[in-house]
Amino acid sequence: MKFSIVIYTAPYSSESAATALRFAKSLIQQNHELYRVFFFGDGVHNASKLTIVAQDEINLQHQWHELIEEHDIDSVICVSSALRRGILDRTEAERHELDTASAHDSSEVAGLGQLVDAAMHSDRVVNFG
Amino acid sequence: MTDKIKTARPVKLGITFISRSAPYGHNRANLCLDMALASAVFEQDVSYVFLDDGIYQLLKGQNGGAIQSKTLGNALETLALYGIEDVYADQQSLRARSIDIADLLPGIQLIDHGDISKLIEGSDTVFNL
Repeated sequence: MKFSIVIYTAPYSSESAATALRFAKSLIQQNHELYRVFFFGDGVHNASKLTIVAQDEINLQHQWHELIEEHDIDSVICVSSALRRGILDRTEAERHELDTASAHDSSEVAGLGQLVDAAMHSDRVVNFG
Repeated sequence: MTDKIKTARPVKLGITFISRSAPYGHNRANLCLDMALASAVFEQDVSYVFLDDGIYQLLKGQNGGAIQSKTLGNALETLALYGIEDVYADQQSLRARSIDIADLLPGIQLIDHGDISKLIEGSDTVFNL
């Protein structure tokens, strides 16, 4: 079955961001197709690469990045949510003359049209948040 | 995106948004509105249900300016301009909060739980936020 996942919550604040990650991993393990991951609202923080966690804790952002890279997942960060929360890819950082990008380059910064597209092309859209 | 993928599901989906958060304490109400508007712009068939504390989004006479916010009610009044005409307030949620339909913005229809169930059943995708 073809799934898309929408994540509305920031990592560590609520369990749902971690649940979304485990759900994504399970989908892939069970040979379902993950059409798109869409980070929306506070969920954009899951795509930050400027994170450091204690050694005995899980770096959720890094785990998302690894999963997305390893399985070549189409991952989108909502642009309007991201810019106001300081989640910028290289293009946006340059456009706004800021000296660093903060988003993992495994995800693409794009608009809500990508969410509508995901709804159109997935058998299930599962929301976490 | 190839044409082959596009025909995998109907081009026009029935998408139901169930908005159940009050307008200003959290941004869930805004996220839900953004998704509904984006879906309408991409010509999907949108139904919009206000449930639980989501009812408060529909009250007349809101003034977000008092807390340096945009007034969500003003945006909700423009739904018809985006082609979103199936806008419903849950009767039971209104009753539980002693809110009369006369207190709500114009163009809102009442709906009960049975009809919400049918609406969900008849939708291709449901967003519940």
